[in-house]
Amino acid sequence: MAKRVGMEVSIAISEAVKLANVDVISAYPITPQTHIVEHLSEFVSDGELHSAFVPVESEHSAMSAALGASAVGARTFTATSSQGLALMHEIMYLAASMRLPVVMSVVNRALSSPINIWNDLSDIMAERDSGWVQVFAINGQEAYDLTLQAFKIAEDPRVLLPVAVNLDGFILSHVIEPIELFEQQEVDPFLPPYKPVLRLDPEKPVSMGAFGSPEVFIEVKKQVEEALIGSQKVVAEVWKDFGQRFGRIYKPVESYQTKGADTILITMGSITETAMTAIDSLREKGRKVGLVHIRLWRPFPFKEFLQAIKGAKTLAVLDRALSPGGVGGPVGLEVKAALFGKDERPYVAEFVAGLGGRDLTVDTFIEVLDKAEKYSQKQKDFQYELIGVREK
Amino acid sequence: MIADDLKDFKKFTPKTLPREEPFVSGHRACQGCGEVLALRQVAKAIGTPMIAVSATGCMEIISSPFPQTAWAVPWIHVAFENAAAVAAGVESGLKILVDKGRIPKKEIKVVAFAGDGGTADIGLQALSGAMERGHNFVYVCLDNEAYMNTGIQRSSSTPYGATTTTSPAGKVTPGQTTWKKNLPAIMAAHNIPYVATASPAYYLDLMNKAKKASLIKGPAYLHIYSSCPTGWRHGADLAITVSRLVVEANIFPLYEIEEGRYTVRKNNQPKPVEEYFKTQRRFAHMTPDMLQTIQDRVDRDYQRLLQMEGMTNPAVAQKEKPKGATAE
Amino acid sequence: MAKVDAMMPWKEVPLGGTILEPGNARKFKTGDWRSKVRPVTDKEKCIKCGMCWIFCPDMAYDPREDGYYDWNGTYCKGCGICAKECPKDAIQMVAEGE
Repeated sequence: MAKRVGMEVSIAISEAVKLANVDVISAYPITPQTHIVEHLSEFVSDGELHSAFVPVESEHSAMSAALGASAVGARTFTATSSQGLALMHEIMYLAASMRLPVVMSVVNRALSSPINIWNDLSDIMAERDSGWVQVFAINGQEAYDLTLQAFKIAEDPRVLLPVAVNLDGFILSHVIEPIELFEQQEVDPFLPPYKPVLRLDPEKPVSMGAFGSPEVFIEVKKQVEEALIGSQKVVAEVWKDFGQRFGRIYKPVESYQTKGADTILITMGSITETAMTAIDSLREKGRKVGLVHIRLWRPFPFKEFLQAIKGAKTLAVLDRALSPGGVGGPVGLEVKAALFGKDERPYVAEFVAGLGGRDLTVDTFIEVLDKAEKYSQKQKDFQYELIGVREK
Repeated sequence: MIADDLKDFKKFTPKTLPREEPFVSGHRACQGCGEVLALRQVAKAIGTPMIAVSATGCMEIISSPFPQTAWAVPWIHVAFENAAAVAAGVESGLKILVDKGRIPKKEIKVVAFAGDGGTADIGLQALSGAMERGHNFVYVCLDNEAYMNTGIQRSSSTPYGATTTTSPAGKVTPGQTTWKKNLPAIMAAHNIPYVATASPAYYLDLMNKAKKASLIKGPAYLHIYSSCPTGWRHGADLAITVSRLVVEANIFPLYEIEEGRYTVRKNNQPKPVEEYFKTQRRFAHMTPDMLQTIQDRVDRDYQRLLQMEGMTNPAVAQKEKPKGATAE
Repeated sequence: MAKVDAMMPWKEVPLGGTILEPGNARKFKTGDWRSKVRPVTDKEKCIKCGMCWIFCPDMAYDPREDGYYDWNGTYCKGCGICAKECPKDAIQMVAEGE
């Protein structure tokens, strides 16, 4: 039976990867991902995990080697952050379009410059269009669960797309949280070994990564798009199965205190739990506020999102990444796009905050909700507001 | 020890060449392409079962125009600079899957093919990493001395004096102004068990080296002279002519480095470098000064090779090959 | 032509644009590229050394049981390497149609 321990979240993730019995780990260290790969390396070196640990010489090679391994039918894992993810960028698109089900932990960290090791979502947002399935954990248990589930989702023959499990750097990766750990015998029936649909095999030679003319490029991309959109169904199945086996049921979009809420805060990642404290404190004061957090970012769960925010007059979106010179942040953009043309369109107040690890407190969320309601009353016309910049 | 790996190795002879073609006709290489010929000879020598990994480049493009492939063996192409990293992943994946009993134990050769661009320049990091980690694979650099696929731009493997589209022979600069990067030496510095140079004109030598490379456990590196009629501006029928002359002039000496021991194919009465340069219009602008610089450097580098052989492999250095170069 | 074959509906494109049939480039007749000349071997002069075969970038010679090599016009691009390298000058590049 599962045991609940206090454990550093990075270590918990490596425990999940061990339970998944991965075949190949190819990774390059970068703060704050390091503990995940260090611990995996220990498992391999102690014989606790029967894997090939390939200590590659860069993140670009980490993802490249991962594709090579996945192509021969190995269950493959890597992890990175920030600059490392940016260095992998070229290969990210290839992984999805070549339909290789690599699983990656992205320990979210700001993209330089300035060089900054702390948390925001700019790293993964630069991979938004890569074709990867992307999920966001709000706490350590989720990070552990989502990692285990990621292999099952990725390797499903209806999906065959790589999956990125995002967790906030330091704020999640380096804190000790209560984690319910599974036993191998519970996990094995949930996650059987990888059965590739296509692999590099001298008995049945195929050519992967062929030169694709304009005559065929769109068709391959159409397949990827259909697989990504269709993966939501598989994600739901996996979450249902997981829920039945282990008791925790995940949904693409989660609602907190949204019943009768006039104003709803939209979040992703670990700020969610801090925001929930703000919601509680405001609710005590009689404010009709609630929170919706997005767990499944790609494919974006439009239907579930619209259902979750139904009835709200105002949405306050808290973005952790900025698209300079444009629309504000990626989550705000997605939310506004989801509402476009809909009959029921709440006022959207977008806020970009917490870049480069600037702390977000309960007060920040209260400030954001106050502002959202004020702007909504005035129907203030603005794209977004950058929170916390020192003017004086 | 490579001696153990090679204990059953029997050299190819003209009458015992393998018939199998892991790479087939119908590919879109230029008429008279020396690179595809080199690739063909290497693939034949290594044989199946093989998994081939290509970097972006001429060979990848001409061999895989969807929905057709010239590869009769499993093949993967990912990007330009990562053939060695992808091959490392393939090798690691195969090894662990056999270890875990998920695929049957079978000797599958992992062979990476890349051009000089994908090896010496953009691909150098991944290559260095894979060699340092000691993966069991063969890395084949098909050196046509420029980024041919994208239109004949210079690489660090472009020879001094050659005109390319990004090192053109103009009024101010006379073509490539740097000397060809010494990839075999860089590879030897990684302490890998086997490094060799080869030319398709000396096909038995090439194929024997390729076979050895595939039998030796650990990383092996082959640097293969690959003529390009399009980029070098020579007649379509001259691939073997230039591939022979470049060796006869000592510009591209043939040698092996086995566990650090050099074995150099002797050529003590080399043809003058000018004879080689006359064959290709990419060298048409060379001045007598440039030719002399090159001749001196070629002579010096050949002597250095002999010295390396003397230092690392005294047993071989004593033997003398017959005077002049002879085709095999 | 390969391009015509690529015009398959999106559901029929193999996963990831992978090519499932090894060596199917053989369907593409690069022999059509020849414009002026093709090699012709004089069997009287041929010593069955195999240079034409091993030096052909397009594998346009097929080894025979009797040791001679059959020229394969389906793929020969007419580069002339074989004629140049034949040690007995047994191969001549002749005008197409002769």
